[in-house]
Amino acid sequence: MAQRCAVTGVGQTRHDNKRIDVSQFGLVREAAIRALEDAELTWSDIDALVIGKAPDLFEGVMMPELFLAEALGGTGKPMLRVHTAGSVGGATAIVAASLVEAGVHERVLTVSYEKQSESNAMWALSIRVPFQQAVVAGAGGFFAPLIRSYMRRSGAPEDTGIRVALKDRRNALKNPYAHLRFPDITFEQIADSPMLWDPIRYLETCPSSDGACAMVLASESVAKRARRTPAWVHATAMRSEPTQFAGRDQVNPQAGKDCAKDLYAKAGISDPRREIDCAEIYVPFSWFEPMWLENLGFADDREGWRMTYEGVTALDGDLPVNMSGGVLSSNPIGASGMLRFAEAANQVRGLAGEHQIQGAQRALGHAYGGGSQYFSMWIVGSEPR
Amino acid sequence: MKPVTSIETPTRLEYEFTASGAQAEFLENIARGRLVGKRCPRCEKVYVPARGNCPRCGIATSDSVDVSDHGTVTTFCIVRVPSQNIELDPPYCAANVLLDGSDMPFITLLGECEVEDVRIGMRVEAVWKPKQEWGPTFENIRHFRPSGEPDVPVEKLGAWV
Repeated sequence: MAQRCAVTGVGQTRHDNKRIDVSQFGLVREAAIRALEDAELTWSDIDALVIGKAPDLFEGVMMPELFLAEALGGTGKPMLRVHTAGSVGGATAIVAASLVEAGVHERVLTVSYEKQSESNAMWALSIRVPFQQAVVAGAGGFFAPLIRSYMRRSGAPEDTGIRVALKDRRNALKNPYAHLRFPDITFEQIADSPMLWDPIRYLETCPSSDGACAMVLASESVAKRARRTPAWVHATAMRSEPTQFAGRDQVNPQAGKDCAKDLYAKAGISDPRREIDCAEIYVPFSWFEPMWLENLGFADDREGWRMTYEGVTALDGDLPVNMSGGVLSSNPIGASGMLRFAEAANQVRGLAGEHQIQGAQRALGHAYGGGSQYFSMWIVGSEPR
Repeated sequence: MKPVTSIETPTRLEYEFTASGAQAEFLENIARGRLVGKRCPRCEKVYVPARGNCPRCGIATSDSVDVSDHGTVTTFCIVRVPSQNIELDPPYCAANVLLDGSDMPFITLLGECEVEDVRIGMRVEAVWKPKQEWGPTFENIRHFRPSGEPDVPVEKLGAWV
């Protein structure tokens, strides 16, 4: 990278099933204003705007960036919209960071959101392919067979997914912005919750949320003048691959492995398990925690579940994962990736509140989308690299 | 006066589907009860439903290859929740089926068995609709059902499991 880039402001909305108190304008502004306040900047300080969200059918509004640019102070400024399915929140932050790293802009406001209550995501994802019977019931229907494959190949104990859900749901109780909050949640409640897309249980599933996330990405000179500690972007990486091709490993996709490898090389990391202090990973269904731990090189193939099982990924573990409660607790799809990136940033800034990992110096933010085919990741640190 | 907080505006998207060369060939064949895939000239993998290009190699497929209507379950989901757009009553089993002679599974409906009995490696066969109902559509196959053949050992199913 040519220029250093840092996160100087982070903001997010309260995430809820239906945010009928705000329009799409109001939702994105709620997050953006918080990010600007955190960065101690105003709308006029911003050079450019990068907006991301998942497919337009999730709200039923085509090209919402056209009217959202106005709501976000984008009039007369460069504006870009990013679209990489579920990984978009991460990809959007990476595009914004690239504009700073390339020396094009000094201060970029990046915002991502979803207002799922305005349409029906499960409908939007249950695509009717011509000349074929419709059998895939939304994202759960697509990902459940992959989880079943993982369970078989890893031989992981059947309650691994329940343990992930219990951990993330307990972490969410420390996060004032989290959508799903189950005080006193128990292992039994999760185990006894109904199977939706067998082997995925109701309480092992992410919600549909309305919410937004925003960040201010700044050049080194701007970041050094910031009063609050910035998070320095050490490395970013993206990869993609087709949804299906002969011989594809859908459980442990090559694109994800390549993306992580590229990311660690750029960040100068040779042993991610040892050198990364905590990670926010895109886990919409609980079993994806062990699956991605392997894909990201934190564990050997088929061994990721041991980290979950042995408490390594707990808040007090050796590699805490999804300190915020993760996608399982809040899922405004387009923003879900950026929320992971933002949590990683706040961890290394020491501003993660009750779910702060003491002394976190280097953190991973991860997002994926489509049929486990788009990946976006970043490493942020408390010091410039 | 009560404030207006939301209004309902139903959205519809209708489109005309134009089959590609490979798809047209596949649909013409299935209208006659044959499953014909396309082979990649480089990696030699066979795709059913037929594709005009190999997503792995990025080149046009060439030979047409007859494949069996028997296959193997590589993995599956038991859907226990209703969904808009889907006219099936839960619980039902959506299985990833790899046809004999093909190299990529597709997701299809399993029938004529208890969902609890479905397993990875299970052998299945197509159940065709009566011939007079056939048309240029994959829906000529009503569903797949257990064929009674012995299960395929998972080692033989490669990356799909």
